[in-house]
Amino acid sequence: MKKLKVFSAPYLVWMIVFILVPLLMVAYFAFTTDSGKFTIKNISNVGQYANIFVRSIWLALVATVVCLLLAYPVAYLLSRMEKHKQGTMLLIVMLPMWMNFLLRTYAWMTLLGNNGVINHVLGIFGLGPYKLINTSGAVVLGMVYNYLPFMILPLYSVMEKIDKSVIEAASDLGCNSASIMWRVIVPLSLPGITSGITMVFVPAISTFIISRMLGGGSNLLIGDLIEMQFLGNAYNPQLGAAISLVLMVIILVIMTVMNQFSPDDQVLI
Amino acid sequence: MDNIVSLKNIVVEFEDGDQILKNISLDIKDKEFVTFLGPSGCGKTTTLRIIAGFLEPTSGDVLFEGQRINDVPPHKRNVNTVFQRYALFPHLNVYENIAFGLRVKKLPEKEILHRVGEMLEMVNLKGFEKRTVNRLSGGQQQRVAIARALVNHPKVLLLDEPLGALDLKLRKEMQVELRKIQQALELTFVYVTHDQEEALTMSDTVVVMNNGVIQQIGSPIDIYNEPVNAFVADFIGESNIVNGCMPRDCLVEFTGRQFECVDKGFDPDETVDVVIRPEDVKIIPAESAKLTGIVESVVFKGVHYEMVVDGVDHKWIIHSTKAEPVGAMIGMTFDPYDIHIMKKVQEG
Amino acid sequence: MKKFGKIYFALILLFLYVPIFVLIVFSFNETKSRSVLSGFTLEWYVKLFHNKIIISSLMKTILIATLASIVSTVLGTFAAIGINSMKKVPKAFVMNVTNMPIINPEIVTGVSLMLLFVFFTARMNFEFGFVTLLIAHITFDVPYVILNIMPKFKQMDPNLFEAAQDLGCSPMQAFRKVILPEIMPGVISGFLMAFTYSLDDFVISYFTSGPTTQTLPITIYSMTRRKISPEINALSTIIFIVVFVILIVKNFVENKAAKNNSYKGEKI
Repeated sequence: MKKLKVFSAPYLVWMIVFILVPLLMVAYFAFTTDSGKFTIKNISNVGQYANIFVRSIWLALVATVVCLLLAYPVAYLLSRMEKHKQGTMLLIVMLPMWMNFLLRTYAWMTLLGNNGVINHVLGIFGLGPYKLINTSGAVVLGMVYNYLPFMILPLYSVMEKIDKSVIEAASDLGCNSASIMWRVIVPLSLPGITSGITMVFVPAISTFIISRMLGGGSNLLIGDLIEMQFLGNAYNPQLGAAISLVLMVIILVIMTVMNQFSPDDQVLI
Repeated sequence: MDNIVSLKNIVVEFEDGDQILKNISLDIKDKEFVTFLGPSGCGKTTTLRIIAGFLEPTSGDVLFEGQRINDVPPHKRNVNTVFQRYALFPHLNVYENIAFGLRVKKLPEKEILHRVGEMLEMVNLKGFEKRTVNRLSGGQQQRVAIARALVNHPKVLLLDEPLGALDLKLRKEMQVELRKIQQALELTFVYVTHDQEEALTMSDTVVVMNNGVIQQIGSPIDIYNEPVNAFVADFIGESNIVNGCMPRDCLVEFTGRQFECVDKGFDPDETVDVVIRPEDVKIIPAESAKLTGIVESVVFKGVHYEMVVDGVDHKWIIHSTKAEPVGAMIGMTFDPYDIHIMKKVQEG
Repeated sequence: MKKFGKIYFALILLFLYVPIFVLIVFSFNETKSRSVLSGFTLEWYVKLFHNKIIISSLMKTILIATLASIVSTVLGTFAAIGINSMKKVPKAFVMNVTNMPIINPEIVTGVSLMLLFVFFTARMNFEFGFVTLLIAHITFDVPYVILNIMPKFKQMDPNLFEAAQDLGCSPMQAFRKVILPEIMPGVISGFLMAFTYSLDDFVISYFTSGPTTQTLPITIYSMTRRKISPEINALSTIIFIVVFVILIVKNFVENKAAKNNSYKGEKI
């Protein structure tokens, strides 16, 4: 099969030109001035936006934890259903994910707006109106709503593989249902937990749609910051590249930490 | 000896009305090695799961030391199970797998260390404490599963075809070892297998099952020598089973000829199954025989030859240390006590 | 406990579906109000079908997704075959780079491609638009194709290729008659995945499309930024129904196939 290596040549060229080189350009821009001289000023300028970084990490973290807490029982219940029901139920759970992301977020604009459905319904009972939209809570809600299926899917796929007799064995050896959960199901679903966390955390920390649509102007995230440097009024690709680089490093660090918790050769993407 | 486990009129029914167990009653004595033997789907594993508590019977009672335990969940029963495919915890190493039950009971670390150490020694796995269970051979995984169950000092150990996945040589070794363990620890073992040889070599009592019904309960010798019906006879060992009838006590007629036997108590001319083991068929010269046949095939089986002989109404299987040439006409005869007469099994 | 589980499951489904149903209900609402139902109308659907921007961006989206998924399937299939026969170290390197667009935040992929395209447009007679968009889509599609195919090689009997040659196939014939059919399920699922990702992508398109070329998600985005327009509700309803029908049909076909297989299994 050795000769077959040449088949990958066109892709290798593509990969180098359109994946590798662009990423190197991000690094290059992050460390140069607009006249091309080396500088670390862009990177040090990122420090000015520390509060935005802290907010992004915090909101993404909250959204990830909420997703995990909501998704875990869902995945568990799914995995314990009868086999022929599982496929259909999984489809029903995942179906909203196939709607365009922007439309799903727009739906929450309709619900949460000052004149929106929720305030209107509350008004009937003489409550509110409350300020729901343009709050950090709304941003977290948007993240949870959009990324919940990303958490359910990997959790379900590891739980579904847990051998039923292993659960019986635990109960045979003295575990009640709580300790079965804690001593067997949670440890065995660890790879699903770690991959679910990365699948929610990465898009959550880098989003700019959710913060823009549900957070108003007051809840800028790293994504907004980057977008503004490239397409906004603040046009400054050097700074934008520097912020992107820092974001990548943050994610890399978090993923490395996460993989420590995952048993070797069980890491999922 | 007292009964440690009793099953009273156990029925297990699926939602669609299929009965897996049809009114099973059985007493298991303390310190006994009991084997449930039968073909797949006969209900033997279901019976085991009822004792373990994974399955509640549709009706009937499960008693443990005289107490009804139908509603007691598995984790509160003083029995442990060795699962068919071991069901070891893949996220734990050998030591932690064995220690699992003790940790659940929150025993002091020192006692856990001591008891797991004891078990590792017993199953010859010293030095394997830190291994992940996925990297063990089938036989080693088997030992871990046994140690994991026994470390809890259960009163009854349930074993669900524990040797099914092992190769023949290892199986034989483990059979001996399991029997040794059972006798050394003076435990009650309830063992499930479809392998009749395994059942006969290991057990004090064999329970033969078919279609959710207990066919016969008895010692291996009883079951082998005095099978109660044609199913048991056939399942326990290869047998010649022919239709016959009983003109009177101690006389049986089959394939158109009458033979002396030792069985009594049948209605005159009652139709019966006649069972004769292949090693009990004696070959005699054709001219002096009541029953003759032509040798169809001869296969060397190591200890004996297996011959198929075409009688008129039946193809006889004969085990003999001497081979007859294929195509030869031979005569067959039987000692009266080698002819086993069985009542026909009522259908349904 | 079981009851509690069912209630919990129902609540989660409610959480997932209520926003979508609200959109659907309001797509038939007479006024532009986002909270008060006043009467039934199909006006927004009529307007939607007469909205030239939406229709043309829909066409463009389908064109881009089709082209990008075809090109990336061909490119990715050959790539997977080549990568599979590489030695360990170069293989690991290529796979790591291939994973980049999947692991990296979309915004980083979008920005990095934008930087590259800016570099080209500044030096050549070349503009942001259809071509840059297509390149960007192919770039994030190919990794999904490759990742769908690679596991098929792992499942494949390593002696298949030799066996085919032993039975008289030239290497090319062996490839066509043996390897390709074996990896075909991966190729197809890779193609479908690439196609759906392309249809749905907003972030990367947003950074690489330029001002003149709009895909449907970009049009939706600019609609949500402007004044309230119930046409979005109508569009959401249509998209939801299309997705719903496709997935139900897919589920039905798969179930049927599974049943047929198990039936055959019993017969043998």
